[in-house]
Amino acid sequence: MQAIVSINDLSKTYQSGFQALKKINLDIAKGEILALLGPNGAGKTTLISIICGIVSPSSGTVTANGHDNVIDYRKTRELIGLVPQELTLGAFDTVWNTIQFSRGLFGKKKDKTYLEQLLKDLSLFDKKNHELRTLSGGMKRRVLIAKALSHEPEILFLDEPTAGVDVELRKDMWNIVRRLRESGVTIILTTHYIEEAEEIADRIGVISNGELILVEDKQTLMHNLGKKQLIVELKEAVSSLPQSLATYDLTLSDDGNKLTYTYDTMSDSTGITALLQNIHNAGLALKDLQIKQSSLEDIFVDLVKEGG
Amino acid sequence: MNLQAIKVIFQYEMLRTWDTLFQSIVSPVISTSLYFIVFGSAIGSRIQSIDGVSYGLFIVPGLTMLSLLTQSISNASFGIFFPKFTGSIYEIHSAPISFFEILVGYVGAAATKSLIIGFIILLTASFFVDLNIAHPLWMLTFLILTCISFSLFGFIIGLWANDFEKLQVIPLLVITPLVFLGGSFYSVNMLPPFWQTVTLFNPVVYLISGFRWSFFEVSDVSVGISLAMILVFLTICIVIVGWMFKTGYRIKQ
Repeated sequence: MQAIVSINDLSKTYQSGFQALKKINLDIAKGEILALLGPNGAGKTTLISIICGIVSPSSGTVTANGHDNVIDYRKTRELIGLVPQELTLGAFDTVWNTIQFSRGLFGKKKDKTYLEQLLKDLSLFDKKNHELRTLSGGMKRRVLIAKALSHEPEILFLDEPTAGVDVELRKDMWNIVRRLRESGVTIILTTHYIEEAEEIADRIGVISNGELILVEDKQTLMHNLGKKQLIVELKEAVSSLPQSLATYDLTLSDDGNKLTYTYDTMSDSTGITALLQNIHNAGLALKDLQIKQSSLEDIFVDLVKEGG
Repeated sequence: MNLQAIKVIFQYEMLRTWDTLFQSIVSPVISTSLYFIVFGSAIGSRIQSIDGVSYGLFIVPGLTMLSLLTQSISNASFGIFFPKFTGSIYEIHSAPISFFEILVGYVGAAATKSLIIGFIILLTASFFVDLNIAHPLWMLTFLILTCISFSLFGFIIGLWANDFEKLQVIPLLVITPLVFLGGSFYSVNMLPPFWQTVTLFNPVVYLISGFRWSFFEVSDVSVGISLAMILVFLTICIVIVGWMFKTGYRIKQ
């Protein structure tokens, strides 16, 4: 793996004594989309803030493209664009002025064509001359993305980009993310919409209590930790499980209509054939069968529970 | 050196002036005119001349300094405080820009704006009194040094303040009294001996005295001391800013 960002033994303790990060080690591959999941206060924003240079680390190092982000901060920051979690924008400047300002801050010369195209891509072009304070929350979010992309970064951090965003903007956002990835931009995002991480990310990292408890290829993660459930609907409800089925990991629904069997897809034998045979032998008639695969959300909840 | 960044910060701050034209330029002109009408013409005509300079003329340097000091401080402090307040400062922290470049951008813009206001006030004054400047180069030197020093001071206040009250408290409670008691409207020699000594602890006295000398060749303290004092103040501000940047005080977590 060619790492574009390398994080080594990174720790952060705030002045209040709160330890936000505990010895984080992480390599981010060039061109990938990495999703960082974790409950509120887990340390996701602190991690991003340190990489971007907003917060100083207590110990450990971060390199981007081989440059240390403290010593060679100019070289690393040029590469990075950040979309913060909060809608932190000025009030009285216009959309156009604010993105020009952002581009200039990052040392890039004016480029009207690029910035106009950027605004068009984000459906912001008609708001070009509007004052920031007059924009809706969703529009402000778009402006923050435009600002982050104004200097053509190679690495983009999106901190909770879809928090409080409507469906349309969310779709737009993911389209933009896909397009950026196609153009070679590395994207790191934090989210608590797990289905989105599941849909868009290549790799998933889980942070809990300042520790990176897992980083895994999404497919491997789903595969390794994935559990399947077989739900058996009965023609007639039963009040308790028949004795002959007691050896199986079965739960009976409250109304007595459904049996749920949880099994591991990776084990040699799933035991489904024998179970169905036994159900038949116990004199129960089947109405329907359903199979449910655990989502990333279930995996995540399990992990954080273990971690906590 | 990220010159592009210095340029955009400077332009951005100057643009803010343009957007708030009334507040930033028209209001100092109006208040100065009022001072001239009241103190220069109405009351001033009944006050005898000081050191051979008519009262209306005498107050010109002090009034200019009054505006310059308050404008420099409020421009520079607000310029850096507002992004902190809205949170948009994250962008400056994450940009490939050094503290020095941030400083040059913000303080440069605030000082330039004050300088423009200074000229506008002098121009306004020339409509009320017959203004002759004895040493234009010295006047310009004092003007520029004052704008830079007090813009730096304002920048420090803007970094230090974490609410609007703190932002206002120093200009209001410290600077305004110092300017009023610093000989804007009178000569220090007019005070009783004890208060003359006390006044010498007021740094603004040296600013106004030196500035006034460049106009009329009359001063409360020697012009060399005036110049030295303003350089000392400038150095102190630079040292404080340097320390803040080095330690990240109120800047970075």
